[in-house]
Amino acid sequence: MPGAAGTGGEGMLSKDTREILLQAEGLKLWRGERCLFRALSFELPEGAVLHVSGANGCGKTSLLRVLCGLTEPEEGEIRWRGRSICRCREDFQHAFAWLGHLHGFKAELSARENLAFSVSLRRETDPDVRNETLGQVGLDAVADLPCRVLSAGQKRRLSLAMILLSAAQLWILDEPFTNLDPKGRNMIADMLDRHCANGGTAIVAAHQDLGVEQRYLRHLEMEDTG
Amino acid sequence: MNGPLSGFGVVLARDLRLAFRRPGEMANPLLFFILITAIFPLGLSPEPELLRTVAPGVLWGAALLSSLLALDLLFRSDYGDGSLEQLVLSGHSLPVLVLAKTLAHWMVSGLPLVLVAPLLASALYLPPEAWGTLMLGLLLGTPTLSLLGAMGAALTTGLGTGSALLSLLVLPLATPILIFGARGVDLAVQGMDPVGPLYLLAAILFLALSLLPLAIAAAVRISLD
Repeated sequence: MPGAAGTGGEGMLSKDTREILLQAEGLKLWRGERCLFRALSFELPEGAVLHVSGANGCGKTSLLRVLCGLTEPEEGEIRWRGRSICRCREDFQHAFAWLGHLHGFKAELSARENLAFSVSLRRETDPDVRNETLGQVGLDAVADLPCRVLSAGQKRRLSLAMILLSAAQLWILDEPFTNLDPKGRNMIADMLDRHCANGGTAIVAAHQDLGVEQRYLRHLEMEDTG
Repeated sequence: MNGPLSGFGVVLARDLRLAFRRPGEMANPLLFFILITAIFPLGLSPEPELLRTVAPGVLWGAALLSSLLALDLLFRSDYGDGSLEQLVLSGHSLPVLVLAKTLAHWMVSGLPLVLVAPLLASALYLPPEAWGTLMLGLLLGTPTLSLLGAMGAALTTGLGTGSALLSLLVLPLATPILIFGARGVDLAVQGMDPVGPLYLLAAILFLALSLLPLAIAAAVRISLD
């Protein structure tokens, strides 16, 4: 079966004047013997959530890793505010926050310490602001325990707190709902809604509905190329 | 958050704090260093003459092997929990960040060796005149060993089992350090001027400091791809 392309940008909004933040054009990636995607293109303006869906192993994570620059695509270009991300890598990295399968923090440090470290790589923050965010994701009671004793869902919440505090305009989230209870899933939907209302944008790979407002939502269905 | 060295202090502070949370791991290279040098007199002979002759080689060989010991975890633990991805994507210069990680690693695994070296030197009957050369040599040599080791660790992090490969990669590159370091102490024991080998160790250190962070950063990127 020939490699299939995703369909992009089926926004609910008609022509709008919002700035296009992220553009992908003609992306192609091989992994081993398989072509995961080819000629994949989409555009993402401010205030939009791109929901990437598709079967297991169809290349959602690979696509997200290509978009953040961890993996180089064989072909195609990704542009951030009109400039190729190869040419403005550091600006682009400051502009997005990445949540992968792995939590991205240390098991030996407490939630408070991990959050302080993760944020201080990006910007200066007040401890009060960090404590407030920990409360917002429901971790204030366990904030001083080493993260290795946290449950899988609590770890995910800490990763989300890092995303919230990153002040990044683009969020790239790979399966953020994993291990979260219904309350936590609603929390992500609220996070995404608020982020979009503030002109942010997000790319989310998930198997389930994101629960965000329809006007923000766009879909990218990835086909399994076997 | 600007400037080429942004992120250096943050990563250094985090890695040092982490090291103190795992004291057993931190003490491992030092303990190994002490044990190797301590068993030599038992195996060879307690003869001061003989021990004095082999001391430079034994001390430097032990330092080289102990510095290899803790390398495996340098990037592997960050790789395993996703922190490495976050560092790579943090928008800071990656060579600067890996240099901070390597410095933290050296402060925990290399610097203690420098500090206890005189104690072990005296146990091997090395004359006190040579202690200064030994310490200075280790001070110049162990950071290079950490940098070389960090490159090997970065290259093997993405592979499942890296330890054996890591030693094979790093040891041949580290032999000049061993040779010049031991030679310097040897010269000092014989009452000659050890400055030549020490200069060479310093030259290698600065070469390593200027080039290896770039290589380590590239290796980290490859292991994440």
